[in-house]
Amino acid sequence: MAPRIGVVTFPGSLDDHDALRAVGLCGAEPVSLWHGSDSVAGVDAVILPGGFSYGDYLRCGAIAAFAPVMTEVIAAAEAGMPVLGICNGFQVLCEAQLLPGALIRNERQTFVCRDQRLRVASVDTAWTSALTLGQEITLVLKNGEGRYVADADTLDRLEGEGRVVFRYLDNPNGSLSDIAGVCNRRGNVVGLMPHPEHNVEALTSPSLDGRALFESVLDFLTARV
Amino acid sequence: MADTVKNAARTLDQPQPWAELGLKEDEYLRIRDILGRRPTAAELAMYSVMWSEHCSYKSSKVHLRKFGELTQETPVGKMLAGIGENAGVIDVGQGYAVTFKVESHNHPSYVEPYQGAATGVGGIVRDILAMGARPVAVLDPLRFGPLDAPDTARVLPGVVAGVGGYGNCLGLPNVGGEVVFDPSYAGNPLVNALCVGVLRHEDLHLAKATGAGNLVILYGAATGGDGIGGVSVLASETFDAASDGSASGLGGPAKRPSVQVGDPFMEKLLIECTLEIFAARIVSGIQDLGGAGLSCATSELASAGDGGMHVNLDQVPLRDSTLSPEEILMSESQERMMAVVEPEHVEQFLRICAKWDVLATVIGEVTDGDRLTIDWHGETVVDVPPRTVAHDGPVYQRPYARPARQDRIQADGVDVLPRPVGGEELAATVLRLVASPNLCDKSWVTDQYDRYVRGNSVLAQPEDAGMLRIDPDTGLGVAVSTDGNGRFAYLDPYAGAQLSLAEAYRNVAVSGAQPVAITDCLNFGSPEDPDVMWQFSETVEGLVGGCRELGIPVTGGNVSFYNQTGETAILPTPVVGVLGVIDDVSHRTSVGFRRAGEEVFLLGDTRDELAGSVWADVVHAHLGGRPPVLDLDHERRLAELLVRGAGRGLFSSAHDLADGGLIQALVEASLRHGVGVRVDLGVADPFVALFSESTGRVVVSLPADRVPELIELAEAARVPVRRLGVTGDDVLEVEGQFTLPLSEIRAAWQAPIPAAMAAAGH
Repeated sequence: MAPRIGVVTFPGSLDDHDALRAVGLCGAEPVSLWHGSDSVAGVDAVILPGGFSYGDYLRCGAIAAFAPVMTEVIAAAEAGMPVLGICNGFQVLCEAQLLPGALIRNERQTFVCRDQRLRVASVDTAWTSALTLGQEITLVLKNGEGRYVADADTLDRLEGEGRVVFRYLDNPNGSLSDIAGVCNRRGNVVGLMPHPEHNVEALTSPSLDGRALFESVLDFLTARV
Repeated sequence: MADTVKNAARTLDQPQPWAELGLKEDEYLRIRDILGRRPTAAELAMYSVMWSEHCSYKSSKVHLRKFGELTQETPVGKMLAGIGENAGVIDVGQGYAVTFKVESHNHPSYVEPYQGAATGVGGIVRDILAMGARPVAVLDPLRFGPLDAPDTARVLPGVVAGVGGYGNCLGLPNVGGEVVFDPSYAGNPLVNALCVGVLRHEDLHLAKATGAGNLVILYGAATGGDGIGGVSVLASETFDAASDGSASGLGGPAKRPSVQVGDPFMEKLLIECTLEIFAARIVSGIQDLGGAGLSCATSELASAGDGGMHVNLDQVPLRDSTLSPEEILMSESQERMMAVVEPEHVEQFLRICAKWDVLATVIGEVTDGDRLTIDWHGETVVDVPPRTVAHDGPVYQRPYARPARQDRIQADGVDVLPRPVGGEELAATVLRLVASPNLCDKSWVTDQYDRYVRGNSVLAQPEDAGMLRIDPDTGLGVAVSTDGNGRFAYLDPYAGAQLSLAEAYRNVAVSGAQPVAITDCLNFGSPEDPDVMWQFSETVEGLVGGCRELGIPVTGGNVSFYNQTGETAILPTPVVGVLGVIDDVSHRTSVGFRRAGEEVFLLGDTRDELAGSVWADVVHAHLGGRPPVLDLDHERRLAELLVRGAGRGLFSSAHDLADGGLIQALVEASLRHGVGVRVDLGVADPFVALFSESTGRVVVSLPADRVPELIELAEAARVPVRRLGVTGDDVLEVEGQFTLPLSEIRAAWQAPIPAAMAAAGH
């Protein structure tokens, strides 16, 4: 049986459809999860999708981090379940303190949508094992608040523990150390600003590089079973 | 103390602020005639906004009727809803229908660029939603004053951030549009917005209130004091920068902005909530609240139904409890919808709204009889025949006449203008033109829009048309392009309208889709100026004639008058949106050269046509003469060729020739993927060959072994075809004239907008 991957829809989530489609295209069973009620009991992994949850009012991801479903997502993540936060989902993971650091307004102060080149900086995670260390990939990037910041100690720790997962080539937003994505210590929780779910179909994507993230988690889940 | 119907009947001679509300004296007298008494303050508010130019189309109606004489079928199916509905709906096959419409939000965007543009997007999206459709994409044709004008540095970044801020937050890909600069738009930018929606045939919903006893539900945002008089004060009068406060004349709290404030998060909830309500099949009529707010929704729903309507205004949730009944009726607070629901479905309706955290309130019911009555604090403040508010507004036969200057304009041709001679001058002209505001790279703007969300954007700007997949299993899709050329329209409004139509039509065909229908946004100066009215009348005639010849209907659109600064009107600017259908989006063609060593051909004839061209503008600041000659039968045959070729996978690329002529098309096709081209112009005058803006032309590239197929298709379609050269290398070479490195062209092409914005601190 194909692993079941849940995608949470918060009010204001936008790329939930895309994430569900990508999950299905890559061979897992997509499961739609509602922020207010659904449990993560029936799924093997969870994706927090892009968008503007709760309008990004207060702070990006700040309200979503307290949505009822997040209590279970946090518990499951701490127990080792793979969790991927994409864009707004990354912001939610930071607000929920599953990942360190924060995402603030882009250096140029405008929303940026572009095909972004990245360097893979870690393959020791549940979501990147199918990539090669140092590999250059292209993923769609689109956000207004994608500039990764953290204090110096946190940055040192992330670097020291190999927890920077993706770095920008041609840094688009002023992120510290060109960081585009990071993971938790265990490597099961990954957050990144670019959108792998928008890079799974030749017809609508600048690349197919996003597939590797979904294939990685499938490998991870299959190996575990 | 509200002005009640009873009170109005007792105080017939009480003076009323009809002039401040934008009404003319004869209009006010007609209202008194209809009611047999003076209107209450609330009634006067309703009539004033609904009889405004923006809502009633009083100056344009007699002309727009001609669109109704056109075919009501498209080349691929029926029109399921047409002009007069919130948006036109056409059958695109496989049980799907598509709705699309373009609207303007020009004046608000000048006053408050961010919110004006944002709520322009929000308004058109709700129109599409109200038809029963899921909105799937937006396109934004934008026009500004000169790129280096100080006010452009205020207006442009705000408008672009507003379009992006709202559309991105709704999760709607922005797949096309235009960015055009001209001095005539300096005090009056044009912010048009087009939205496309998709629905199944059985999901079509209409705006009507039927069935006595059915309940009227207002849902979405609470009503505030924003946007009061937006349609009447802002959109329907000659405009000056001083009118940036409220002119409601109603004695409400002073200086409320007439520009609405948008909340895209609320609109996103409204979309998902409304689609879930549609899916549950519990709505008998629905209408969005846009211009004229509750006045419009109540009177239009009641007028289109089979009875009357009663509304209790006390039930309307307010953001500001001090609002008067007339302000509540005129408010253009955003993100609101009104539904008519049978009593047994109300509970389910409210439950779905609660799931999405959307406020929903029963505010009235459909009644027997034919009156729209509205109560406030237990007394009747409105008692009117709804049709007189919604549909029986004044109709004007505005005088129009061909301006005396028109002959002079057309006689002032380009023959006297010095032209570049020799390779060096031609190359310098190329670099100058690609770095001009209207031909340069627009990604500073379009990179602020999400073009990927929902995962169905097969083509997006800078492609000639945006293309969206509708059905992932069959590959059915639609393409949309918007085009307008105010300079050509100024030289000859009839021809200009047709040229814009033809360009949008061609852009859709270039992508591989069959053009099937149009929507239009007609942006003009004051209808009270006979010169402007002549431009308008000619434009409508041109569009009607053009659509008739191409065999496609007008599905709806919008008229925006009073676009002028003082006495100076903008260039007449009809923006035409053409929708196309493609059976399988995997057959789409894109504009860029794909690989080296492919054959490049030009379809269509080139004549010495440079009047109104970008070259005349940039090099000589000249606007005179006659625009290019158009042959619509050729356009139709050319489109057939392109669609047929795309279906066979014949083309590696196809790019429409328009502003800037052949050279600009070659530049864009080369820069897209960094694949250059070497062309041989033969015996043609190289300047004319490169810079003429003759219409009906397309550059295609294809593998050498498929050239015979192209020749065969072109002969069958009777379309002139000529070999230009071959793709390859990182240069653009015109044999015997010049060779320019792509890097040099790219640097010139990319620089202008970022430089201008950086200079202004953006």
